[in-house]
Amino acid sequence: MSKKSSLTTKLSLAPYSLWAALFIVVPLIFVAYYAFTDNSFNFTFDNISRFFTSKSNVEGNEVRTYLLIFWRSLKLAFISTVICLLLGYPLAYIMSRAKERSQKIMMILIMIPMWMNFLIRTYAWMTILQDTGILNGFLSLLGLNRIHIIGTESAVVIGMVYDYLPYMVLPIYSIMAKMDDKLIEAAKDLGCNSAGILKRVIIPLSLPGVLSGITMVLIPSVSTFYISQKLGNGKFFLIGDAIEGQFVANNLHFAAAISFILMVVLLAVMALMKKFTNNRVYGGESTL
Amino acid sequence: MKKIIELKNISKSFDGEKVLDNISLDIYDNEFLTLLGPSGCGKTTTLRLIGGFESPDEGDVIFLGEKINDVPPHKRHVNTVFQKYALFPHLNVYENVAFPLREKKMPKDQIEKKVHEMLDLVMLSGFAKRRVTSLSGGQQQRVAIARALVNEPKVLLLDEPLGALDLKLRKDMQQELKKIQKATGITFIFVTHDQEEALSMSDTIVVMSEGRIQQIGTPIDIYNEPVNAFVADFIGESNILDGVMLEDLKVRFSGHVFECVDKGFGRGEAVDVVVRPEDVDIVKESEGMLTGIVTGVTFMGVHYEVIVDIGGFKWMIQTTDFVDVDEHIGLYIEPDAIHIMKKSEYSGMFGDYSSFSNELDELSIPPEEDGDEV
Repeated sequence: MSKKSSLTTKLSLAPYSLWAALFIVVPLIFVAYYAFTDNSFNFTFDNISRFFTSKSNVEGNEVRTYLLIFWRSLKLAFISTVICLLLGYPLAYIMSRAKERSQKIMMILIMIPMWMNFLIRTYAWMTILQDTGILNGFLSLLGLNRIHIIGTESAVVIGMVYDYLPYMVLPIYSIMAKMDDKLIEAAKDLGCNSAGILKRVIIPLSLPGVLSGITMVLIPSVSTFYISQKLGNGKFFLIGDAIEGQFVANNLHFAAAISFILMVVLLAVMALMKKFTNNRVYGGESTL
Repeated sequence: MKKIIELKNISKSFDGEKVLDNISLDIYDNEFLTLLGPSGCGKTTTLRLIGGFESPDEGDVIFLGEKINDVPPHKRHVNTVFQKYALFPHLNVYENVAFPLREKKMPKDQIEKKVHEMLDLVMLSGFAKRRVTSLSGGQQQRVAIARALVNEPKVLLLDEPLGALDLKLRKDMQQELKKIQKATGITFIFVTHDQEEALSMSDTIVVMSEGRIQQIGTPIDIYNEPVNAFVADFIGESNILDGVMLEDLKVRFSGHVFECVDKGFGRGEAVDVVVRPEDVDIVKESEGMLTGIVTGVTFMGVHYEVIVDIGGFKWMIQTTDFVDVDEHIGLYIEPDAIHIMKKSEYSGMFGDYSSFSNELDELSIPPEEDGDEV
């Protein structure tokens, strides 16, 4: 391809560039603008510093409100991501090794829940996890003790894992399905047993899929807000809830500041992961 | 010579389709053996049985006197160079070659020594740190060979390894593979559909068709003494004619009685007669044993390929003398240029050049044998 793209290429790209500018770049600029201004649009760091310094009382202890919420969001998102990975990786592997027909069926089974509205799915989990819900009904039917799970962090994590698992499975699966069978045969040929093949060929080659899966689960689970309200009974305020709360209370500038900080942190995480995905050739880089 | 691998009465089917039909083959230590045949003949399956990627439905695979039918690939003293190399894209050249040694937990300094030895052998000394994806096809090929040899296997299996290379590189690699085989003393089992490649490299050629072995022999034997019309046609160019053996050393075909060097056939036995295009001399019409009309001439560089109509049967003749289309010519054939074969199921299927064109010939040989999994 020539360096200078032709006029037709430019023209055909124009609508997308316009779209990206209008609906991605401009809103981001507004977020930053609001984050660094006060109600009369004078420049200020107050919104940012409020995030780090704002204090409140939790069970008699004085805590930094937003840092605590942010920490909790990161923690729950991290736990959900790890669980999604532990469930999703083997699932993706099994899918990729299955017969083509079974692959299609499993794919549909994974996709179908995604067709339902996210709110409805969360409500469904409420009815399952409630103290008098389906899960406890089932447990008492078996003669087991009822468990209290709604309104705990576990319930929030269950909701997140359920909602975001497909985003972990699909990128890993798509990489594994493309993997050349001959590479696995080559590994066998060169002395690897099944464990060796997994460790030395399949896992390293599927790493890009794992990393995009992690990105795709971690980011929405850090910023999620509805699941925690419904399944956590509102006791586990997450950073998404905080942003929503501030918007509802019409504190646009502070809401923008929280969003801005969240964005910066997530960008940093993504940059780190990107650095991790490069340098993937073991034993030194190419001289080219 | 020591037998290293024996295949005994092996049959194998995929989805009810028989791809190997009672194959028996002895492979000796230190030989360069080629499995040659068109796609779908079962040569790749044979190789995969030896590599351990398939197990036979019937029959045994014997390795140094031991039955290994169900021994998995990683426990066999055999390594494979795959058709499209199957190099690990996440590892550089050095780590690809070191792969089997690391699996064995060999000490680091030994690994380094062996990898460098191998890279020297395949002339890639300066490439250790390179990404395999940045290499040319020929270089990737060499890495694959080094990786397969570093384990010092007793037998190296090569599955159409030169198929993806261009002609010139192919020729170089043929020489080089032969050299490597001589230098290492490892038995090479080489799969190809390219008869020229098979002739120039092998100690022994095994010609296969439809899941059966047609002929086993040295390249010269196979070329000069094909056992049936399939082999005669597949290896080089052949005019294959219906003939009748009148007595020992006398055969009649195309309405003429020829002296030949074959004997031991029944009197009056119907036979297939093979005459190679390069063994026919063009003479004046009046001096010819056979006469015919030239119907086509193709310039091939070193020689012309002349198609001659003799009583309705089209012969191919390779000659350095120019003749023109529609010219009446005579043919002269020496007795030792005539090779007599018993009739077989392939009789009448090959060796007539009525529908011949170079293009068709090329089309019938697929450039890559992806479909040749059977």
